[in-house]
Amino acid sequence: MSIKVVIKESTYFDSVSLMSLSTKANQIEGVEQAVIAMGTEMNKEVLRNVGLITPELEAAKTSDLMIVVKAATDELCESAYVGIEELFTKKGDTKGKSEIKYATIDSAAKSIPEANLAVISVNGAFAAREARKALENDLHVMLFSDNVSIEDEIALKQFAHEKGLLMMGPDCGTAIIGNVALCFGNAVRKGNIGIVGASGTGSQEVSVRIHDFGGGITQLIGTGGRDLSEQVGGIMMLDGMKALDEDEATKVIVLISKPPAPSVEEKVLAQIKNCKKPVVVYFIGGEETAVVAAGGHFAKTTKEAALKAVVLAGANEDELNKRPLNWPLIEEVRAKLTPEQKYIRGLFCGGTLCDEAMYLAMDTYEDVYSNIQKKPEYKLKNLHESIAHTFLDMGDDDFTNGKPHPMIDPSTRIARFLQEAKDPSVGVIVMDFILGFGSHEDPVGVMLPAIIEAKQLAEKEGRHLEILGYVMGTDLDSPKFEDQVQKLMDAGVTIASSSTNAGLLAREFVAKGV
Amino acid sequence: MSKINELFTSKIHAINVGIEFFKDDIKKQNADAIHLEWKPPGGGKPEIIKALDSLENATLEQKIEEANKLAVQRIINSQPVLIGYDQAINVVPGMTKTTILHSGPPITWDRMCGAMRGAVTGAIVFEGLAKDIEEAEKVAASGEITFSPCHEHDCVGSMAGVTSASMFMHVVKNKTYGNIAFTNLSEQMAKILRMGANDESVITRLNWMRDVLGPMLRDAMKIAGEIDLRLMLAQALHMGDECHNRNNAGTSLLIQALTPYILETDFTKEQKREVFDFVASSDYFSGPTWMAMSKCALDAAHGIEYSTVVTTMARNGVDFGIRVSGMPGNTWFVGPAQKVVGPMFAGYKPEDSGLDIGDSAITETYGIGGFAMAAAPAIVALVGGTVDEAIGYSTKMKEITLAENPNVTIPLLNFQGVPTGIDIRQVVQTGILPIINTAIAHKDAGIGMIGAGITHPPMEAFEKALLALSEKIS
Repeated sequence: MSIKVVIKESTYFDSVSLMSLSTKANQIEGVEQAVIAMGTEMNKEVLRNVGLITPELEAAKTSDLMIVVKAATDELCESAYVGIEELFTKKGDTKGKSEIKYATIDSAAKSIPEANLAVISVNGAFAAREARKALENDLHVMLFSDNVSIEDEIALKQFAHEKGLLMMGPDCGTAIIGNVALCFGNAVRKGNIGIVGASGTGSQEVSVRIHDFGGGITQLIGTGGRDLSEQVGGIMMLDGMKALDEDEATKVIVLISKPPAPSVEEKVLAQIKNCKKPVVVYFIGGEETAVVAAGGHFAKTTKEAALKAVVLAGANEDELNKRPLNWPLIEEVRAKLTPEQKYIRGLFCGGTLCDEAMYLAMDTYEDVYSNIQKKPEYKLKNLHESIAHTFLDMGDDDFTNGKPHPMIDPSTRIARFLQEAKDPSVGVIVMDFILGFGSHEDPVGVMLPAIIEAKQLAEKEGRHLEILGYVMGTDLDSPKFEDQVQKLMDAGVTIASSSTNAGLLAREFVAKGV
Repeated sequence: MSKINELFTSKIHAINVGIEFFKDDIKKQNADAIHLEWKPPGGGKPEIIKALDSLENATLEQKIEEANKLAVQRIINSQPVLIGYDQAINVVPGMTKTTILHSGPPITWDRMCGAMRGAVTGAIVFEGLAKDIEEAEKVAASGEITFSPCHEHDCVGSMAGVTSASMFMHVVKNKTYGNIAFTNLSEQMAKILRMGANDESVITRLNWMRDVLGPMLRDAMKIAGEIDLRLMLAQALHMGDECHNRNNAGTSLLIQALTPYILETDFTKEQKREVFDFVASSDYFSGPTWMAMSKCALDAAHGIEYSTVVTTMARNGVDFGIRVSGMPGNTWFVGPAQKVVGPMFAGYKPEDSGLDIGDSAITETYGIGGFAMAAAPAIVALVGGTVDEAIGYSTKMKEITLAENPNVTIPLLNFQGVPTGIDIRQVVQTGILPIINTAIAHKDAGIGMIGAGITHPPMEAFEKALLALSEKIS
């Protein structure tokens, strides 16, 4: 056993620092016990208590630094002492000032006077409370969270309406405000078309198509999927229309929604009459007559909505690449499919993309099943098994319950895809791949192994498997749009140029004897 | 222009709460965004959220805001001055020869932790109520001793807080509001009564403190009249103390103020020399003084209807108790005392530590100690090691307090006042607990101090207080 004692005269360190140094010194290899302390009576008492006191230490003055090391051998004592000396010279990292962190919307809003928007994506059970706090602090709100009660939604939207604030959501996945995409969104050109959308991917798709047609967006206001329900009454859509109508930069307004409640549709259409600007209406599966009667411009598809908007906004229709359907391709695919291969299977991440493809199929076919079918007789009872033409919105609660959205975690869709690929009655499988802010970093890449496997399987069984892909994104998006498309083409996937074309192609591929 | 149209033409400054990468995406698009360090309010417990909501009713909220404003005003405007030293039996309300005061919320002998048992038995011997520690244990268990929390007698006591009849007390008067607070004298060393030690050296020291130190300080203060403690505290903070775990500056200031009067007392030169040596033996000499000062200010803010301001945080080594202004008198809300994490004296390990103990958290309740870490960069080792971390603690405490005390400021934070007026609503809402700098006593009786570190109150105490208050006033 060896004890080394060093006394540094007139060397001051604060007691807490020394206790901390002692703790570190005791972790040095070989150290049985180390004490670093000022020579105060109290510290000497501590040394006495642990049996380390020596006459030399007893004589230390209050202003002296005492270093005591106990180890098995002299060598260990010496090397440990070198380690202790290093502790004195080692200083903490002095760079990287810590950013001020706020715990509540209240404190952040009070400390940052220029704050103007809250983006809220906490668990639904707490979301309404946070949204209310934000509105109380005069912040506009983008409420991404779902599972917020309809009562809370109504209260929040009424409160926001009274205060003249945006209350986008709950369950609002996309918005573009002042050219900044929030949550899920695509990088689109700045322009003169404003969108109010109650369906997230539908709004994204229209913004992407507008960009593709050379147009641009002023604002994209999301409302959340329930805004046009009877109970909520379209509060956000009506306020959004009004704001866009008053916005100088906006020349054309586009409204997007799943079929609204009739009373709300009436209110919205009534407001079109008061709008100074042309309004394009795309209510999935909606009727043309009422829209036209209200002075609106009816669109049957997302693509048509985008096209009408850019033309109304000043584009020359004749100069646009409208990306028409490729009929020779359709004939070619039809020729490859056997008479048994007559069904479409759609596996979608985007709810509106699923809806659009499904409605287009319903124009031709009767037996179109889905987890989001409005007609009860065609609503899938067993979600795990497809019947005839089946379109699955895999981002719906039916599939996400407890799991991340397929845009983030693709595993559920991969498994389902492999299941559909084995079905000999399947003519075409159609899938969307969503790019942009918030989405998967390589949505095509994660699907590719399954696509290749399915193609090989079908080949072995001597049948053609038609896979139709639609990549939703712009040339400004990340990951790179072109790369994603190329990867799909390399794997033998047919590419649709829009959500609308994806629906039409799928429908036509399996159309027989036309 | 409507607010929505204003937004269209403004740069986005977003507050993001929930999924963090939404903030990153916004920043990528050249807009500003900050991400909240958010936790579900009330730990996500529905009954707590309901209570929080009930207090947000507009008329009630206004009453609470007014009450809190008053409470904070009283804390800030309080001007505690030291007016004397005297034996507990002479000055402490309710003190008897068989009363032993202890730290924290009420506790019975059978539930006391090792350090408190050690202190209690030591005090019984010191008061001559038993001949030795063994007999003292019997006396303590016999029911002859009245145990009561310091806080219920206008007192605070550091660590075990054990205060008996003949001990000398600081007498601190609130010049603004008239109330008085007491605390006993620092024993300086590590092996001391308040830390649970009780051997002969401890009793001998207590005797000397009763016979020499106490009377000398008493006589000195008779000549001095009064010493402004708030002013001195403010100076000490500017000199690098946080006045809970670092008292180097405060002790120098206090003894500097007392010295001329000590010299004028009738004690011998040798006795005076003993006293000065004793004071010089540990920087902690003024530690209790700041506790009494804090207590004096906070008592003035206690008992204001509707107020959600915390007026006491105190621990007895088993329970952590808080009192809230709007729940008057001795209404305690308790939860389990927590571990204290920090550097330890040589030869001791974390498993030797007793749980959080002492009334010293009164300093954090006032806004110093852990709340003023940014004032004491010398002891940042306590909170992880960097000055940035120390500053972080002080700024974080602003999230759960209502005001800054302009009389007590922190140079490193551009002379911002210390965070003042802990609001139970904000604690429960944010999930941020007050930070407390404190000493660590050994878990067993008879040993003493073995380290220092930081700790937090249990959230449970704040939740209980919130539920009770919301029940009472809504």
